[in-house]
Amino acid sequence: MILGYAGKFLEVNLSTGEVKEAGFSDEVLRDYIGGRGLAAKILWDRLGGKWETVDPLGPENILLFLTGPLTGFFPGGRVCVSGKSPQSNGVVGSTVAGEFGVELKCAGYDGIIVTGEAEKPVYLFVKDGDVEVRDASHVWGKDAKQTVATLTKECRALLSKRFTTKGEWKEPSILYIGPAGERKVRTAVVAAKWTHAAGYGGYGAVMGSKRLKAIAVKGSGPLPEVADMEKVKELMRAVCNDVYESELWRRWGTGSGGYEVGAKTSSEPVRNWQEEWHDEKSFGVDQFESRVWVKPYWGDFGCPTTCLKVAVVRSGKFKGAMTDNPDYELQAYLGTNLGIFTPEENVFLASLIDDLGLCGIQTGNVMGFAAELFQRGILTKDDLDGLELNWGDAEAFASLARKIAFRDGIGDLLAEGTYRAALKIQEMKKADVLQYAVQCKGIGIGAHGIRSGKDYPENYSYACSVQGGDHTSTACLPLDDFRSELAMTFNDSAVYCYFNIFGIPRNLKFEFYKAVTGLELTQEDWINTKALRILQLQRAMLLLGGPDLKWKPKIHDSNPPRFHEPLPSGPYKGKTIDKAEVEAQIKRYYEAVGWDENGIPKSEALRKLGLDDVDKVLEKLR
Amino acid sequence: MSTEKEQIWIARDLAKCSGCRKCEIACSLFHEKRIWPEASRIRVFMLVPGTDFPHFCAQCEDYPCVQACPVKALSVSERTGAVLVDRETCIACGQCIEACPGRIPHMHPKEDYILICDLCGGDPQCVKVCQEGSWNVLRVVSKGNYAHRLYARKPEEIARSLAIKIYGEEGERLL
Repeated sequence: MILGYAGKFLEVNLSTGEVKEAGFSDEVLRDYIGGRGLAAKILWDRLGGKWETVDPLGPENILLFLTGPLTGFFPGGRVCVSGKSPQSNGVVGSTVAGEFGVELKCAGYDGIIVTGEAEKPVYLFVKDGDVEVRDASHVWGKDAKQTVATLTKECRALLSKRFTTKGEWKEPSILYIGPAGERKVRTAVVAAKWTHAAGYGGYGAVMGSKRLKAIAVKGSGPLPEVADMEKVKELMRAVCNDVYESELWRRWGTGSGGYEVGAKTSSEPVRNWQEEWHDEKSFGVDQFESRVWVKPYWGDFGCPTTCLKVAVVRSGKFKGAMTDNPDYELQAYLGTNLGIFTPEENVFLASLIDDLGLCGIQTGNVMGFAAELFQRGILTKDDLDGLELNWGDAEAFASLARKIAFRDGIGDLLAEGTYRAALKIQEMKKADVLQYAVQCKGIGIGAHGIRSGKDYPENYSYACSVQGGDHTSTACLPLDDFRSELAMTFNDSAVYCYFNIFGIPRNLKFEFYKAVTGLELTQEDWINTKALRILQLQRAMLLLGGPDLKWKPKIHDSNPPRFHEPLPSGPYKGKTIDKAEVEAQIKRYYEAVGWDENGIPKSEALRKLGLDDVDKVLEKLR
Repeated sequence: MSTEKEQIWIARDLAKCSGCRKCEIACSLFHEKRIWPEASRIRVFMLVPGTDFPHFCAQCEDYPCVQACPVKALSVSERTGAVLVDRETCIACGQCIEACPGRIPHMHPKEDYILICDLCGGDPQCVKVCQEGSWNVLRVVSKGNYAHRLYARKPEEIARSLAIKIYGEEGERLL
């Protein structure tokens, strides 16, 4: 057995109620590590042969909650949620911060595999080896704050009743869905701690389709044994010391981007990306700090950065709204992208989005899209059930968010996410509305534009990513670049927060991996073999797609049309992305990762990686 | 023998806690040589998100836990003032938990003895990591005449106070 792993997985079939243990060979764990990599492997092995027919929101989809060997050891605990994505119809490794992964490993499991679907709402309660599928009808329909409060109280009471001399029980760690997930909204998240979310992929909808409201875990054991604890301690210290030395995210959170990315790099979505520049100093970090912060540092297991800051609106119309201070992405997507420029309105919307169990990025993307259609007269007040979606009207956007979460009226259509909604509106209105959809392969693009050329993504980063518009998994060359999709796959497979790696030497994460597992892993082996193998699996399933949509690389390995319009304002006014140039870059990327000129992984590239079975299945696409 | 003046106490400013749980990591590494949150003598509770706080022995001046122990498994270190647990003698009856105004002691998750902060023999590891990160929730001071019982509160009581402090009047309904 490889060190650093608990050594077994929990498998729960919600259709039959059967609970059993599952395991993977050392070879599989060595190759796919955990988290995102292992998710791709499990999904391919179990569903690859019939991928196109598997409905992501049907009982045959498999929902995964996976840790990795570094979870709990590398500062910044996370857990990876995956399955067939109802957004891309491929596989997204979607991670969420918190103690869930640590609790799970302490309970003796490296992950949970959920299959089937329950007849009635249930939640899973795991206390070490005791696993129960419990009735969740009393929390079905409840928002995030109600769900967390009710289940925290209920599970602690259960533990106290069962272990009478233990003393006070700490709360179990809980992952849950809100009303949006229950209604299979494709922009719904799997959430933790009110404000934390596995957003990309839309796995809240998958959880809802299985009628699984929550999973609560309490593990009473230690984290697994490691190869060299002294080395682990030394590396933990090295990561922390590096972070303690840096000011930006620790002091201000990623919200520091709210002004920086808007005003300086000019790559922040403004009014559905019609602009990417603003000079609103009212949206600077210091304005958030003075107006809404009530706690300057909030973090998760072992984290030195604690980029979260707790925010509350203390007076005015939105008094009582509470959430973590919107990070950069939510400042953009529930702020500037909707024409909103005050911290109070931004916090109000972020708090509501938490409560509903929606993804702030994806929902902000689809709401911005709808507002632009209203601006252009394509969607009318009548179409919007009486709503006037004027830029900057936080209350109108709040009403729309509720409609989306409850699939009410126009919300039912927008609950399908930007791309699917665009296809339907296109049909309804006989107008080309796809040109206003800022997404890639069903996934709204993260709040980092490419037109100014000053932000980190490359021109082809979203177009070539196996996770579409996901800004945390962007394709780039050279493949061993520290921000390439292949490099990021390690963080999501060993499962820890990559926000703690920016200042440390590049090979430290592999040293960490060795100190925990005892296994050597080189950068070269990771990039050229192991990560590449995971990438090919993800690419294969993304291209197989279905059942409702399929991606054709020639058409869909592309930027949203908006990115080919010139920037209308700001320091980079007039700049745009040249189509021919991107096509040449995409071609170079295809060559580097072993895809043919049509974007399909080549036979020899797959066979070299031992993916002969993938090669066989992909034959039909060639 | 040391004088009482050299005894220490861990001063605490709970509202500052970031919830990073490095104190749990440091405590369990010191005492158990493993990362083991449930075996840590200091435990971070998060009954309401954003109100994370460390829960650990307040060293009450009258040591009700020591007095309640039916088998004299608990004693007070003259040197540090910490409560010491004789794990061989402890019968895991839980009476010290009932006697503690904050229900702070808790049972070792795998063995039958009670866990109470022993101040790491005078050099508390939790304080070190908290100071390293300059969170400054925990600080070593010399043991004075504090109203220790004010610090020995039940998790729900602390969570309620912090929720009201952080979230205002709405805080009450979050628990």
